[in-house]
Amino acid sequence: MQAFEILEHTADIGIKAYGNTLKEAFENAALGMFSLITNPENIKSRLSKEIFVEAEDRESLLVEWLNEIIYRFEVDYEVYKRFEIIEWDEEYRLRAIVYGEELDLGRHEIKTQIKACSYHMLKIEREDCWYAQVIFDV
Amino acid sequence: MIEILEQIDENIWRIPVGYKTGMRVPGIVYASEALLIKAQEDKALEQVANVSHLPGIVLASYAMPDIHWGYGFPIGGVAATDYEEGTISPGGVGFDINCGVRLIRTDLLVSDVKSSFEKLMIEIARNVPKGVGSRGKIRLSQREMADLMEEGVTWVIKRGYGWQEDIELAEDGGCLKGADPSKVSNRAFERGRDQVGTLGAGNHFLEVQEVVDIFDEVAANAFGLFKGQLVIMIHSGSRGVGHQICTDYIKVMDRVVNRLGIVLPDRQLGCAPIHSQEGRDYYSAMACAVNYAFTNRQILAHWVRQSFEHVLKKSAESLGMGLVYDVCHNIAKIEEHDVDGRRRKLCVHRKGATRAFGPNNPLVPAPYREIGQPVLIPGDMGSASYVLVGTDKAMKETFGSTCHGAGRVMSRSQAKKKVNAQELRQNLESMGIKVIAGSLGLLSEEAPVAYKDVSQVVEVCHKSGIAKKVAKMRPLGVLKG
Repeated sequence: MQAFEILEHTADIGIKAYGNTLKEAFENAALGMFSLITNPENIKSRLSKEIFVEAEDRESLLVEWLNEIIYRFEVDYEVYKRFEIIEWDEEYRLRAIVYGEELDLGRHEIKTQIKACSYHMLKIEREDCWYAQVIFDV
Repeated sequence: MIEILEQIDENIWRIPVGYKTGMRVPGIVYASEALLIKAQEDKALEQVANVSHLPGIVLASYAMPDIHWGYGFPIGGVAATDYEEGTISPGGVGFDINCGVRLIRTDLLVSDVKSSFEKLMIEIARNVPKGVGSRGKIRLSQREMADLMEEGVTWVIKRGYGWQEDIELAEDGGCLKGADPSKVSNRAFERGRDQVGTLGAGNHFLEVQEVVDIFDEVAANAFGLFKGQLVIMIHSGSRGVGHQICTDYIKVMDRVVNRLGIVLPDRQLGCAPIHSQEGRDYYSAMACAVNYAFTNRQILAHWVRQSFEHVLKKSAESLGMGLVYDVCHNIAKIEEHDVDGRRRKLCVHRKGATRAFGPNNPLVPAPYREIGQPVLIPGDMGSASYVLVGTDKAMKETFGSTCHGAGRVMSRSQAKKKVNAQELRQNLESMGIKVIAGSLGLLSEEAPVAYKDVSQVVEVCHKSGIAKKVAKMRPLGVLKG
């Protein structure tokens, strides 16, 4: 099972992330999104940060989760490579630790500037495994 | 999809109400047959039909000739809702609230700066922060940001970033009324505090251009444009402030939609009655981002003027570097329009569409009032950009709206696979276009081949009369994020 794939969109870009559990699909969605921003291979794991989000359903929990990471990246000037959800509540709450380091433009080329995660074509489903699909505004 | 479209004029097509259950009004698409075929390759036309589900929508869900697939609304979409009974939708404005275009003129001919052109581009690139992953040159306190959001360009001009006359020559005088910073989240404040005066990435750019064609001498004269002239175009928006405000309020609207039982085919279309607490709060917050974006472009323009002064050793005033105009193309505005012979107050959403008010409209700045409002159309970095003028026909047919650019035809990842950035840069250089880009990947994504032909788009607007051509520019120097 691959972690995620990129979805084609005329003006913007999306990802479809997979997981054996929904939690894993959420972690892979964050990794997929961050791979659009910059190459995770160039990021060292030097700091960690706790993130908590809650929502009214699982689709909006996914949007909240990804928007939270976009906000952290932009305000704290940090890049992340590992996303570990440590508490997972079926009623739409999650707590996670994200690992990464301070942004250094010399080593971390910004490939895509993601403005936000949208609700357009937002989909979470289970086939052979779980998948979570989102479109970003870039 | 294309089979169900009814042709009502050479370049106007109707999506009938029956196309989708829940449509309240038809869809009206302005496009040539060739552009229409491109538009139906993705989900753009479907999105025109989706927008017509908005409660209180008036007459039709419109699409301009640069229509392409967006999220929620199509890009190139125009929807007006009744001010008393209708709804307002953050998705109908977009994440980049008041993304827009500003054009600065000069008295210079391109031949006047031939020897110093390279220096000029390097100086502009040095002076204008792109702001992608880096801090801008200005850092604002909470109080300063709140003042800026309320006052728009006036706030920054008082601090020396521009000329008094710049105020009058921007849409809404560079300040949309009704802004209330108390409706803006702390997160939006945090994202915006060091991004004012930054260009951003994506399709945003700063270009030094040459006016290569004049189609309407009278209008060009009024706008201060002439053939061979050097002009500067800035395409940017409200940066993180707008992105966060839209993010915050889409969440709010989602709850409203559930509470009121509004049925929408796409969650991104979430809306609230204009007069509800949520509707009013969104408008007040949106206006803050609108004013932030106007100010952002004002500061960028100021640094362009400074760069010219530094390299050419003359004052910006003596170089004739006045503002031509500044337009918004992602916005919702309260306007009055004639609908079936009756004057009605409406909330006009323009998502990737430009206001195009005709002659003698009191909202057009005094120097242009007899002619009509300037409409600024940015093209891709290899082809052309245009100045158009608003018309009475646009007032009658599209709530005074027209296209906003070329419109994409190719996805970003496809363009990246297809276009080698180094080759593209060389090709552009051989065409006499100097490109300075923050990222090579972005250069490929934004390659001319990823866009529709802007001239075709503009031609449809011109022929159908929802704007008239005034001038065409070609790029000479391009700065990208």
